[in-house]
Amino acid sequence: MRISITSDPIEPWTLLHEFEQQSHLQQGKFGATAVFIGTMRDINEQQQVSSMTLEHYPGMTEKFLQTLADEALQKWQLQDVLIVHRVGQVAPADTIVVVAVWSAHRAHAYEANRHIMEALKSRAPFWKKEQLANGELRWVEKNTPGTV
Amino acid sequence: MSIQVRFFASLRERLNQPDTQVPAQAVQTVLDIWQQVTGESQLPANVLIAVNMEYVDAAHAVNDGDEVAFFPPVTGG
Repeated sequence: MRISITSDPIEPWTLLHEFEQQSHLQQGKFGATAVFIGTMRDINEQQQVSSMTLEHYPGMTEKFLQTLADEALQKWQLQDVLIVHRVGQVAPADTIVVVAVWSAHRAHAYEANRHIMEALKSRAPFWKKEQLANGELRWVEKNTPGTV
Repeated sequence: MSIQVRFFASLRERLNQPDTQVPAQAVQTVLDIWQQVTGESQLPANVLIAVNMEYVDAAHAVNDGDEVAFFPPVTGG
């Protein structure tokens, strides 16, 4: 398992490749990998966004994500969990979050990944402050729904 | 003998309130801390609270050495 909060840019595909090499995951044992990648958009609430600052609560955020991963490992049949989240200054097209889970079968992988992502969105202490193209600064006040 | 009090994100900006400490003997609950530090009698419904980095509600009892945090709805991911 790896839980990480970083102010460095995240390259998701390299991250996933390296994690699979370094973790205890055994090739041939997992049949399903579910990956969610959250990426910064350049528009929100009909306005152009030029950059964003992500704040978190050092200590609590890591603790919350660790508990989330531990609970997922208890509830679903997972072989490993990876959660990486960016903080600090981010630009459109930057990766904000990567959640990945490995399981023998897709049912557990899909359900666990969605659960982790929805819990992260609704409860993990992160906050986004956008800088609009017109120079205005504004806090993002709520998330979009997780279901269509 | 004090309790550490922290504010985050838009709530910190709205209150213009840096992290502070309150004497433990002056307060019993999270709501007492909110009233003492902000001067506001009511805790806004959308404010989230953590004591020692675990979510709690406003009636939660506080003790010497606790860290109490107030913050707005979260928007990560």
